[in-house]
Amino acid sequence: MFDVGLGHYLTLGAIIFTIGIAGIFLNRKNIIVILMSIELILLAVNINLVAFSSFLNELTGQIFTLFILTVAAAEAAIGLAIIVVYFRNTGTIRVEEIDKLKG
Amino acid sequence: MIIHSIFFYIFSLIAIVSAIMVTVSRNTVHSVFFLILDFVSISCLFIMGGAEFLGMIMLIVYVGAVAVLFLFVVMMLNVTQQENEWFQSKKSKAKSSSHIPIGFLISTIIFFELIIVIGGWKLKPELSESFNLSVNNDLTNTHQIGYVLYTDYIHLFQISGMILLVSMIGAIVLTYRKKEGLKRQSYIKQISRDRSSGVEALEVEKNKGVSIDV
Repeated sequence: MFDVGLGHYLTLGAIIFTIGIAGIFLNRKNIIVILMSIELILLAVNINLVAFSSFLNELTGQIFTLFILTVAAAEAAIGLAIIVVYFRNTGTIRVEEIDKLKG
Repeated sequence: MIIHSIFFYIFSLIAIVSAIMVTVSRNTVHSVFFLILDFVSISCLFIMGGAEFLGMIMLIVYVGAVAVLFLFVVMMLNVTQQENEWFQSKKSKAKSSSHIPIGFLISTIIFFELIIVIGGWKLKPELSESFNLSVNNDLTNTHQIGYVLYTDYIHLFQISGMILLVSMIGAIVLTYRKKEGLKRQSYIKQISRDRSSGVEALEVEKNKGVSIDV
C-alpha cells in the first residue's frame, strides 16, 4: 500500500484524464473551461509518459513529454485566440448559446 | 521510501482535488487558479519521479505562460459574472438535463476501462533489450535530455519550433483587427508622390490666411 509504484502514477493519470473528459461532457459554463479540461487531459498523458520513463529508466518518455508540452502551448494560444475573436463577434462564449453550426 | 510515498499521496491528492475544482467551480477565475495549483503539484510529482528538467519546464511553460494566458483572456472577456448553472439552464431545461447522466456514465465507463487496463497489464520480459536511451546515472537529467534532444530528435525539435511559430502567427492573424481612423505610414504612397500632385501654388490674399485641406 505504501510502496508507490508505476501503477500509482498510472492511476493518478487515469483519474485526471477522466476528470478532464467529464469536464468537457458536463460543462455548462464558457468554452474557456473546456480548454482547461483539454489541458488537464494532456497533463494526464504527460504523467503517464514521465512515470514510464522514470520506472523503466528510459529517456524517450521525457522527450515525448517535451513535445506534448509544445503542442499544448500552441493549442492553448490558438484556442484562446479563436475564443477572443468569437467573443468579439457575438458577445458570448457560453456553451449553450454557441449553436451557429447547428443551423 | 515512506516519505516518498507520503509526498506522492499528498501531491496527487492536491492534484485530483484541484482538477475537480477546475471543472466544477463557479467562477472561471477560480478555475484558472485551481489549474495553476494542479500544474504545480504535478510538476512536484515529476521532480519526485526523477524528471527534474520536465518539472521545471512544466512550471515555466504552464504556470508562467499558459495559465497567465488563460487568466488574461478570462479577465479581458469579462465572463466572470456569468453564473455557472450545472444541472439546470434557463434557456433549455429539457435539452441540457438529458446529456448530464450520459456524460457521467461515459466518463465512469472510461475510468473503469482505464483502471482495468492498468490492473491487468504487464511488461514484456525482453523489453529492456530494445531500450536505446537508458538513463545514465553519472549525468544530470538535463544533460541527458540535451544530449538526446539535439542529436537523435533534432528534426522533431525543429518541427516543434515550427509549430510554435505557426501558432504565434495564427494567434496574431486571428486577433488582429484594423482600426478605422488610424493614420499609418504608407511607403507606396510616399514614394509614388510627384510634384504635380504634391505641390500647389496658392494665391494668398493680404492679411488673410489660407486654409489647407490635407
